[in-house]
Amino acid sequence: MLAFLAILGIAIIRLDSLFAAVMLTGIYSLVAACLYIEMDAVDVAFTEAAVGGGIATLLFLSTIALTSNREKSGNQEKSGSQEKPGSKNSLPAFIVVMLTGAVLMFGVSDIPKFGDSSAPAHQYLSDRYINQSPQEIGVPNMVTSVLASYRGYDTMGEVTVIFTAGIAVLMLLGRGFRSNTRRTRVKTDTKSSQGKRSTGE
Amino acid sequence: MFAVTTIAILVAMMLALGRALLGPTLYDRILAVNTFGTITVLFIAIFGFLTGRPEFLDIALVYALINFITTIAVLKFFEYGDMGRSSLEQQESDI
Repeated sequence: MLAFLAILGIAIIRLDSLFAAVMLTGIYSLVAACLYIEMDAVDVAFTEAAVGGGIATLLFLSTIALTSNREKSGNQEKSGSQEKPGSKNSLPAFIVVMLTGAVLMFGVSDIPKFGDSSAPAHQYLSDRYINQSPQEIGVPNMVTSVLASYRGYDTMGEVTVIFTAGIAVLMLLGRGFRSNTRRTRVKTDTKSSQGKRSTGE
Repeated sequence: MFAVTTIAILVAMMLALGRALLGPTLYDRILAVNTFGTITVLFIAIFGFLTGRPEFLDIALVYALINFITTIAVLKFFEYGDMGRSSLEQQESDI
C-alpha cells in the first residue's frame, strides 16, 4: 500500500497532462483511505475519501475548466514563453525539503508504536476520561467532554483558523463578484444617461 | 478464504493502478479511477470481514456513493467543458 502511494506520487510529479494528474490524486486519496482503514481509523479514512477523493477532485477539475488543460512543458519554455521558471530542478529547494523530512522523521521516532499498550494515552488518560468525565464536566457524551473541555483551547484555535480561512475565501470571491456587478451597473448607467442626453438633444 | 480474497483484490488494485499510470487516453484514466473506487469499496468490505467486524459494510456503501458522484461530475465536465456555469447571471445566482 505504501509502495502504491510512492509510485502514485512520483507519477503525479512526472505527468504533463493536468487532467491525468487530477485523476491520479483521486486514486491517491483512495489508497490513503484504505491505509487509514487498515490502521483502524475509520473516521479519518472517511473524511479522506470524501474530501480528498470527492471534493478536492471536483475543485481541481473546475480550476482546470477555468484555466488550461496542460502544464507548460520545458520545450515551450525554451522556445520562447518564459511563464514558468520554476520547472527546472533547484538544489536549494531539494535540500530544504530533505531537511524538513529529516526533522519530521526525527520527531516520529519519539511517538510510541502503533497499538503500543504502554503508550501514555493507554496508561491513565483513557481511564480518567472514561471514569471521571461525567462527574467533572457533566456532559454525557465522552467525546464532547474531551473536545470541548479538556482540550477546549485547542478546539477554539482550530475554529478560529477555519473561520479565518472562510472569511478570506469569502473576501476573495466576493471582491471579484462585486467589481463585476459594479462594472455592469456603471455601463448601464452610462448607457441610460447617453440615451437621455440623446433624447434631450 | 478472506485472506485469499484480499490478496486478489490487491492484485486487482495493482492492475487498475497500472492502467491509470499507463493509460494513453483520458477515458482510460477515468475508467481506472472509477474501477479503483469500486475496488476500494470491495477492499473495505472484505477487510471488515477479515478482522471480524462486518459493520464496515455501511462505510463501504457510503464510499460507493462518493465514487458515483465523483464519476458523474467528471463526465459532466467532459460533456459541457466546464462545471455548468457559463453566463454571468448564473454566477450571480450561485453566489
